[in-house]
Amino acid sequence: MSNHFNIDIVNPEQSFLSKDNVFEVVIPAVEGEIGILKDHIPIISFLKPGIIRVFSESEEQSFYVEDGIVEFKDNTLSVLTSSIFDLKDADKNFVSESISSAEAELSKDNIDDQKRFLLNHKVEVLKSISIN
Amino acid sequence: MPSLDDLRKRITSVKSTQKITKAMKMVAAAKLRKAQENAEKGRPYSEKMNNVILNLSKSITDKENAPKLLVGTGEEKVHLCIVLTADRGLCGGFNTNIIKKAKSYFEKIISENKTLKIITVGSKGYDQLKRQYKSYIVENISFKESKNINYFDADKVGKIIIEKFEKNEFDVCAIFYNKFKNVITQIPQEQQIVPLNEDKDDKDDKDDSGNDNDYEFEPDEDEILSNLLPKNISTQIFKAMLENSASEQGSRMTAMDNATRNAGELVDRLTIEYNRSRQAAITKELIEIISGAESL
Repeated sequence: MSNHFNIDIVNPEQSFLSKDNVFEVVIPAVEGEIGILKDHIPIISFLKPGIIRVFSESEEQSFYVEDGIVEFKDNTLSVLTSSIFDLKDADKNFVSESISSAEAELSKDNIDDQKRFLLNHKVEVLKSISIN
Repeated sequence: MPSLDDLRKRITSVKSTQKITKAMKMVAAAKLRKAQENAEKGRPYSEKMNNVILNLSKSITDKENAPKLLVGTGEEKVHLCIVLTADRGLCGGFNTNIIKKAKSYFEKIISENKTLKIITVGSKGYDQLKRQYKSYIVENISFKESKNINYFDADKVGKIIIEKFEKNEFDVCAIFYNKFKNVITQIPQEQQIVPLNEDKDDKDDKDDSGNDNDYEFEPDEDEILSNLLPKNISTQIFKAMLENSASEQGSRMTAMDNATRNAGELVDRLTIEYNRSRQAAITKELIEIISGAESL
């Protein structure tokens, strides 16, 4: 028995990634990272800013996501997200722009704790990207 | 009877109009292909979104405390209508069809003594509605600047809707757009997005309703739903915008094709008339010459 399952990452404009030979995916769910293997229990969760890591036999891919919804069912992992890019072709300017806009948002007074947490986290992740 | 010169001028003018409509048709055809592709690419997202929401709403047991975006406010007094139209004209009945559909809905709302609020997206819709419904229009959004339809724009509209909902400015929200069936047929659609109309969704995902999945939710259902529903609104708007743009190009292509054909017919008719009157003039001259010669 192979231990592979399918992954579909779609954004509103198009289907971003579709593979059927991955054996592990790590997603940044809102309550902590989840590693998903074959025959995981059906789950629905949503994402916080972070990095999705997709492992297949031949390669490992990493994507930055800002938000989104994940659904795992019948050995198919669907990730719905509106903002995603491959870490390999991360645009330095875009990343630093995102950092500064997130920081600007943080400096406002009228944001609630949850949003502050998400923004802080976003800045952290983006900074770690820009260092590499 | 127009003179030969007049006829010649008309023929040239119709011919140049024909050239323009032909060019517009070609442009629309090229754009249509792209718009259609985009609409198809965008479909998986909205479908998956629908599925997830469907699965979620099935597992919600506590209907009373479910998010209001899903079950509604319990009242139906204020209706918000989002009318999505094009920014440009010359696309046949495209804009008029949406407006017609929307107007009949408006009349129903008004006759039931409910409050009506309108948001128009696209300048043509605003132009056509402002005469009759000016006082109801609360906002007019246009994306003339952005070349392609992008999710970002749809999200803006979505955010406006959410904001209004949170301020309790409406109870029911419906969007109007043209669904792209094929190049010649576009169907004006009315779709309710708040509260979410579950019956309709059920029909779309019939194959899915059979298998009951017990999902694990993290965090709990309510939180996911309240996070998901606003996104769904943007997604629905985005889907409508994609369908609309494909429909617009399709409609324009058909309209321009017809215009080109009509211009061709007109040119033919005018040419015949031109030839006839030219022949008549020649015959007249001949008769004059012959009768002049005979009288000598």
